[in-house]
Amino acid sequence: MAFDDAYHALTDHDDDARWAYGTGFTDPLAGVPGDLPDGVDRAELATYCLMLGDDALILSHRLQQWVTRAPELEDELALANIGLDLLGQARLLLTRAGAAEGWGRDEDDLAMRRDPSGFRNLCLAERADADFAHLVARLLALSTWRLAMLDRLTASRDPMLAAIAAKGVKEVTYHRDYAAQWVVRLGDGTPLSHDRMLAAVETLTPQLAELFHPHPTEIGLASVGVAVDPATLEAEFTQVWTRVLQAATLLPPEASAPSHAAASAGAGSGAERGDARPWGRAGEHTPALAEILDEMQGVARSVPGGVW
Amino acid sequence: MITLAELGVIREVRQDESGVQVTITPTYSGCPAMESIRADIRTALRRAGFGRAEVRTVIAPPWTTDWISESGRRKLAEAGIAPPGAAPVRAIGPIPISLSPRPTAVACPRCGHTDTETLAAFGATACRELRRCPACREPFEHMREI
Repeated sequence: MAFDDAYHALTDHDDDARWAYGTGFTDPLAGVPGDLPDGVDRAELATYCLMLGDDALILSHRLQQWVTRAPELEDELALANIGLDLLGQARLLLTRAGAAEGWGRDEDDLAMRRDPSGFRNLCLAERADADFAHLVARLLALSTWRLAMLDRLTASRDPMLAAIAAKGVKEVTYHRDYAAQWVVRLGDGTPLSHDRMLAAVETLTPQLAELFHPHPTEIGLASVGVAVDPATLEAEFTQVWTRVLQAATLLPPEASAPSHAAASAGAGSGAERGDARPWGRAGEHTPALAEILDEMQGVARSVPGGVW
Repeated sequence: MITLAELGVIREVRQDESGVQVTITPTYSGCPAMESIRADIRTALRRAGFGRAEVRTVIAPPWTTDWISESGRRKLAEAGIAPPGAAPVRAIGPIPISLSPRPTAVACPRCGHTDTETLAAFGATACRELRRCPACREPFEHMREI
């Protein structure tokens, strides 16, 4: 479809309209049975889907911000594609969340009409990257965590979560490899790239505790076979993280990983969470999330129903 | 032109008294073509004279490149895209990490040379990687096996 006036097109309606808020996109789970497993609380399942969907949505937006800033065209494509994979996972998970809560909210409502306190993503997903080394370190941490989690989630009693996870595993395997290869290339590169990669890892390390600190919703749904308790992911995460950092000459060959989670993971009570604050899973966020939402939701909120 | 059936995107077509039901599956979770695919299928069925057509989406089992047909692979190669090899078989235990570009033997679609190298693991779309042939010195795309 062609328009003489791009601004006019924003409010013009056409059967072919797509790629904009609120129209064109049909339910990505159209035609997929949406039954809930027995004995599962709707609100809890919705919250859990929001957690995993918001992780993907917010990290996807951070990755999109790197497009036009990446060191090479190939990396722009890679980051855009990783962001697209995560956006796809987010759409499925937010749609599932909306269906589970049963208030009639769809993926657009959830992505575009919630305030920061309604978002349940890990704070690690929303953090801004000071440089490319920060980005690949953060992507390595989040994709290592997400891959371990999705892999276990393929056995979920919720057939929808299991199906979303099985698709996601194939995608996040590539995301983790991409990040790991960059961490190794920079860490084991020039003295300058080594120092900057090391600085990125040192900045990130205290922020990792949040990954393994379970929220009551995660524990409750894990106990009925629907969710994965993130505390159970720490051993696999540490093994992968250590191996990559050693290959990147950022850890001595025989060293164990920094005890990033020792201070708080599995500690149980909020008072012992220590450096797991702010706690994204409970809706506590850094100011970075509000900045992301200003940008991400701006058009949808100022031109409700706009299409082009 | 490669068809949706050859790509393995169309999983099932059924016809009964209520109309035609087509079941499709996305290659990747974020495949931006799904809406166009649904619309194209509905249009094609309408033009072919089928009244009521329903397009359903399934995401399980997840799409694999193993579902691309022989004719689909041939057409990819003719278009200069190296077709995927067999999808990786998952061993028991955690998914292994690759710290260097994968050494998969991918034949150059132009000259057939097999010892090609990866330039970028992500190409124009998530399912394509960019490779280079050292023999004919041409870059080419390869559809990654998943």
